[in-house]
Amino acid sequence: MKKEWLARLLVLALVVGFSAAALYARWADRTLEVHAAMPEKGGWLPNTLTARADEPLTLRLISDDVVHGFAIGQSDQQPSVDILPGKPVEITLLFDKPGTYTYYCTRWCGPNHWRMRGTIEVEGDDSSLANDPSGPVAPPLYLMLGIDLDAPHDVQVDVTRQPSARRGAALDTNLPAEMLSREYVRAHSPYEVWQTLRETPAASPLSDADLWDLVARLWERSTTPDALQTGAQLYAQNCATCHGTTGAGDGVFAAALAGETSATPISPGLGHETVAPTDFSDPAHMLGASPALLHGKIIRGGMGTGMPSWGLIFTDEQTWALTDYLWTFTFQFQFKETTP
Amino acid sequence: MPKYDLLRIPLLRKTLESRWPQLILRAAALGGFAIAILAGLLGTRVGNHNFAIVVVWIAWWAALMLLAVPLLGRGWCAICPIPMPGEWLQNGAALGPVQDGSRHGRSLKRFPKSFRNIWMQNVAFTLLALFSAVILTRPSVTGWILLGMLLVAVGASLVYERRTFCRYICPVGGFIGLYSQLAPLELRVVDTKICAAHKEKSCYRGNAEGYGCPWDVFPGGLAVNTNCGLCMECLRTCEYDNIALNLRAPGADLDPPHGLKLDEAYKAFIMLGSALVYSAVMLGPWGALKTAAYSIGSPAWWGYALGLLVLIWGLLPGLFYLTTRAAQALAPVRLPPRKLFARYAAALIPLGLTAWIAFSISFVFANISYLWPVLSDPFGWGWDLFGTAGAGWTPYLSLAVPMLQVVVLLGGLFWSGRTAAKIAAEQGARRHVWPVTGFNTLVTIGLLWLLVG
Repeated sequence: MKKEWLARLLVLALVVGFSAAALYARWADRTLEVHAAMPEKGGWLPNTLTARADEPLTLRLISDDVVHGFAIGQSDQQPSVDILPGKPVEITLLFDKPGTYTYYCTRWCGPNHWRMRGTIEVEGDDSSLANDPSGPVAPPLYLMLGIDLDAPHDVQVDVTRQPSARRGAALDTNLPAEMLSREYVRAHSPYEVWQTLRETPAASPLSDADLWDLVARLWERSTTPDALQTGAQLYAQNCATCHGTTGAGDGVFAAALAGETSATPISPGLGHETVAPTDFSDPAHMLGASPALLHGKIIRGGMGTGMPSWGLIFTDEQTWALTDYLWTFTFQFQFKETTP
Repeated sequence: MPKYDLLRIPLLRKTLESRWPQLILRAAALGGFAIAILAGLLGTRVGNHNFAIVVVWIAWWAALMLLAVPLLGRGWCAICPIPMPGEWLQNGAALGPVQDGSRHGRSLKRFPKSFRNIWMQNVAFTLLALFSAVILTRPSVTGWILLGMLLVAVGASLVYERRTFCRYICPVGGFIGLYSQLAPLELRVVDTKICAAHKEKSCYRGNAEGYGCPWDVFPGGLAVNTNCGLCMECLRTCEYDNIALNLRAPGADLDPPHGLKLDEAYKAFIMLGSALVYSAVMLGPWGALKTAAYSIGSPAWWGYALGLLVLIWGLLPGLFYLTTRAAQALAPVRLPPRKLFARYAAALIPLGLTAWIAFSISFVFANISYLWPVLSDPFGWGWDLFGTAGAGWTPYLSLAVPMLQVVVLLGGLFWSGRTAAKIAAEQGARRHVWPVTGFNTLVTIGLLWLLVG
């Protein structure tokens, strides 16, 4: 009988013991887990977290399907982390100000990748906000200018060659001083500027194509190589899947967005309509849009088009950098993109 | 090849007579089984980082199909953990009979006679095959399946006597039994006369030393391995040391082949057909087929399911039936068509096992490296118990795999041909071998095309 009890003890130790030890270890581990799955399968779980300002928040990030990435929007405190399937990764975040932060996926995990977002509610003493050196947040330019983001802005233009900033610079034309400011460029569409130039006596000897080169030069002057480089990286990471690497609106998800294939449905069952992505190399579309309008569309997203809102993800500086980069698909800039 | 009784080795006899080594192995396997269920239900949803998927469907399957079945026959059944909790409840003991093994389980029923065959196992395996794409990749489904098998085994042990689950229900038990005929190991009695003269039949009824055969087999009448679970109870209960564990020529049960019953014959077709389908779905280049197999409930899946069922339950047996009719036309024999069909189905046993070995080789060597991280982090919770959690995926023997598959499949074809020749000779109709071998050759070409390309 002793042997029988010993045998029972052995079996229970090996079966219940192993299992109980595993479950206890799991229960005792208090690290907050955030599961990542393709949006069609649930996205972030949980998708709302809470934290205290100036108190570390440790997360264990676990991908339940494909490779995802984790980053905090409008913040450089946490560089993007890759989350490989089945390989949990731990990170510690520290927020110095209360507020609502957005975390998002940085890897093209699926056709609805951009929907993969969550929020972190950071609570804390509001006095920290009073001492915030960045001051109050200004409304985006499109709101200050009263631009209707959804109003049609395509123009009928006859552009016989791609406008070139280099040729524009070579023309050595005295442009009106007000046009040389960044603020002026951002508030006007290239077509508006071209029309104004057409009526300017100094530009009267120039052909229509030369004037477009001047416009390209003005747009180039309003940005910097660093901003364009930043914009190029942001575009490659976040926009090229839909808009294509050449900006022609032919990214890998373009067909699905346009409803031309059912192989990779966009937003199945989510009740959202989608349209074909914008072609940034199409002069009719781009030359009628002001930088402020594009900037606004990036911030707000395209209502009912499938274009996500990036306002909670990019800083204002990043959004402008991306806006500036979009013009490289319409105009020839003397900017050479470098691969990181 | 003469047989050699391994029980002549005193240490081995002592080890097998003792219940402790078997108990320790089974308890460890049951511990692993419990972890597999927990990992399936609570662990990561990523299959290749979940213990349930990697250990059960890659490591265990590899051990079963590449080692246990070909070398030990039902060796796995001797240490299988699934019936263990049920047996404990049934026997009232974890180790051995507390009083008299012949008296336990008297109040339990025998399994109904109409179910005392492997048709239920055939259906159970077919169901697994239908849902295999999901079972093999989704840990939660695997977890529920394993838990379900455990509960059914416990339930069967509480209602019916002996290891009813293993003998008649277990989805893998059927093919292990069929292919165990090829193993170079057998448990038999030394002298059948001793068994015939022994009135108590303690090997079947049990005594103070052990239980009556859990597999409902009278060892004195054992002629093939199919239903012997190698549990060694008869070794413990035999009062005359009349049990032998023979090392023998591989496939001795097919020399000459014992006729298969219809349920066993169908098992041969189910296994051969599912090896073909699995090779196409899991290793073939057809994405639509993979998607169909995975999209349970969709019209495409119904199409896949219908195709699988027609192939393994209708087309292959039907073609083989026509083959045996052609053989009958070539050289008429007195056997009724149904019996001739079942008799020649024994020739499919070597090809079936080698088909599964060839199929298993392809994914086992490619995926076994997932085992190292899973051992350190069985649940995918970020543990690193043995420092191997970060081990990357590394396929092994990639270049050798196709060659091995070709050798194994051609070996199976040859072995099946020899078996068919023996059956034909037994029938006095040597020409029968040609249509049967033609059928086997067609199946082999199909497998070679799917596996090697």
